[in-house]
Amino acid sequence: MPADSVVGIALLHPELLGTYGDGGNALVLAQRLRWRGVEAEVLPVHAGEPVPSSCELYVLGGGEDAPQALAAAELGDGALARAVDRGAVVFAVCAGFQILGHEFLIAEGPRPGLGLLDCTTVRRAPRRAVGELVVEPDARLGLTTLTGYENHAGLTELGPDVRPLGRVMAGAGNAGDGREGAVVGRVVGTYLHGPALARNPALADLLLSWVMGRELAPVDDGDVERLRHERLAAALGRRARLRGWRRRVAIPVTR
Amino acid sequence: MAARAGLAVAYGSRLAGHGGSVLGGRVTLALDARALPRLSEGRTIALVSGTNGKTTTTGLLAAALGTGGSVVTNDSGANLPYGLVAALTADLAAGTAVLEVDEGALPPVVAATRPAVVVLLNLSRDQLDRYGEVRMIAARWRGALADAPGAHVVANADDPIVVWAARAAASVTWVGAGQSWREDAATCPACGHQLRWDGAAWACGSCDLARPEPALSVDGDTLVSRRGERIAVELRLPGRCNVANAAMAAAAAQHLGVPTARAVAAMSETTEVAGRYRVVRVGSSLARLLLAKNPAGWVEALDLLRPPPLPVVVAINARVADGRDPSWLWDVPFERLRGRSVVASGERAADLAVRLRYADVEHETCSDPLDAVRGLGAPAVDLAANYTAFQGVVGATARAG
Ligand SMILES: [Zn+2]
Repeated sequence: MPADSVVGIALLHPELLGTYGDGGNALVLAQRLRWRGVEAEVLPVHAGEPVPSSCELYVLGGGEDAPQALAAAELGDGALARAVDRGAVVFAVCAGFQILGHEFLIAEGPRPGLGLLDCTTVRRAPRRAVGELVVEPDARLGLTTLTGYENHAGLTELGPDVRPLGRVMAGAGNAGDGREGAVVGRVVGTYLHGPALARNPALADLLLSWVMGRELAPVDDGDVERLRHERLAAALGRRARLRGWRRRVAIPVTR
Repeated sequence: MAARAGLAVAYGSRLAGHGGSVLGGRVTLALDARALPRLSEGRTIALVSGTNGKTTTTGLLAAALGTGGSVVTNDSGANLPYGLVAALTADLAAGTAVLEVDEGALPPVVAATRPAVVVLLNLSRDQLDRYGEVRMIAARWRGALADAPGAHVVANADDPIVVWAARAAASVTWVGAGQSWREDAATCPACGHQLRWDGAAWACGSCDLARPEPALSVDGDTLVSRRGERIAVELRLPGRCNVANAAMAAAAAQHLGVPTARAVAAMSETTEVAGRYRVVRVGSSLARLLLAKNPAGWVEALDLLRPPPLPVVVAINARVADGRDPSWLWDVPFERLRGRSVVASGERAADLAVRLRYADVEHETCSDPLDAVRGLGAPAVDLAANYTAFQGVVGATARAG
C-alpha cells in the first residue's frame, strides 16, 4: 500500500501530556481505522522533535504544570497551526485543551497558548473538579451522550468564536457554567479523560469521518457499550431517578 | 500528661490485641492525638515510602533488622497514621520499628516519629484523583526532610523525582535500584526543563539536578558496592523489582548497623509479603497472586507472568484506595497478553475489557476474580489484581483455606 494512503496520527509529547492515559485516544483512532481496513500509524512526537506536517490527526493529552508549560513552548513554533489551516483534525484533552487556547495558568503564573481555540484558562477553581463527567453533545455533531472522567483545577472560559462540545449533565466541565469542551472547525478540546475516545466511539468515528470525508461502517462495540452503560448509570443513576432524565438520556443498553 | 499517654497507649494496645489492630490504632489516635510521637520516642524508627514496593521492602527490612533484636512492623500494609499506631502498640518492648508509610502521609509521619532512616523507593502516577500531581508529593517530602536533620535518607538514584526530594535531606545513601518506568520523569522536577537520559545516567539540561553516584547498585541478582564488593541476592520473591527492593532494604539495614551480607541472608527467608506471590487453591486450580497498583507496577507484574499456555486473570477495581479513575489502564502495555488465555475481571472489568479489545487481546469477562479462575479450569493460573481487588482475593481465599 503506498505511503500516502496511510492515515498518520501524531501523538504530541506523550511523555509530557500523557498523565491520564490519554495516549489511548491515538490508539483508539488507529485501531478503528484498521478494523475498517484503513492503514493507520501512530507517530509519537517527543519534546525536541519537530511536529510532522503531514499527519491527518493530532492528539494531545493531559499533564502536570511544568510538562504542560514545556509542551506549549515546544508547540509554539506554528507547525500545529499550519496543520489546522491545511484541514488536519486536532483532538486535545485537559492540559492539551488548555494549551490550544489563548492563555493558560500554571502554578508560576499565566502562559501563552497556541490560540487555536478561542478560550482562556486564567482562573483556578477553589476545589479541583474530580469525578465522572457526562455531557449532552451539541446536537449539530450528531453524537450520543458523552462519558468520561474529569480531573482539573483550571477554569476554561469560551470566547465567541468557539462553541462548546456540549452541555454538562453531571460533573463540572469547563468552568461550572454548564458548558464542556470547545469545537471550532476540526479542532476539538475537552476535559473528558477515560480516554475520551475509548468511552465514546461515536466521537472517535466523527473525527475519523472528517479525515476520510465519508461516513464509516459500524464496528463491533459490544465491550464499549457495556462500559458506557455502566459509567452512565453510575454518574446519572440517582439524578435520572430524581429528575426523570433516564427518558431524555440515551443510555445504551447492553446487547 | 505522661500518665494519660501511657493509659491511652495501654488501652490502644489492649484493643489492638483483641482483633482489629487498625481499630485499636484509630481508638488510640482518637484518645491521644500525640500517640504517634509518644510511641516512637526512644525507639529506632525506619520509614519506607514510595509508589511501588513499600510493603515488600518493609517486610524485607524488618527481616534484616530482626537479626539484631525484636522489631515491630505494619507489614499488612495499613500505612496511614492509625495503622502505624496499631503496629507500634503491638509490642511496646520492641526497640525497632519498620513502618511502611503512605506517600501522602509521609510528611506528618516524619515529623511525628523522628525516624533514624527514611527509605524513598520511587514516585510515579498513582491515584491521581486523590493525590494530585506527582511533583507536589515530592515537594511536600522535601519540606518534611529539610525539617528532620536527624533522619538519614536511603533513596533511589534512578528516579529523578525521588532524587530531587531526597536532596533536601541532611544525609543520603544513594542506591542504583533501577526504574523501568520513565513516563513521569520527562521534565526536571526542580526547574521544569527537559531531562536528558543516557542509559541509566540522567541529568537536567538546565540546572544541576543529575543522577547521584550510588553507594550500592543492582546488577542482575547481585548488589555491587561502590568499592566493587559483590553480594549475591537469592530471594524467594520473583522479579527484578524485588532485587531492587532488597537493595534499598540492605542499604537501610547497613545504616542501622546490620552488615549487608547478614541482611541479605535474612531477606532470603521471606517467601511472601501480605499475600503477594502467595499460591492459593481455587477449585481445582492453583492460583498465584500478583499485586500491581499503577502502570509502573503493572509493567513489573507483566514481566512476572509465567509463560503461556498458562492462563491469566486480570482483576481491576476503582475504589477510593485504588483511585476512582482507571484511565491508567491505557498506559499499561496489555498488548503483551496477545495470544494468551485472558479473563478481564474485577469491579471495573468492563473498562479492562475495552482496553484489551483495543490491544487485540481476546478475552472473557467475569467480574468475580475467583469465579474467573474456577471458570478456566486450568491446573495453574496467574491472578494479577490491583489493590482492593487483591485484598478481596487474599481475604476470600484466607477464609476459604
Ligand atoms: Zn533542572
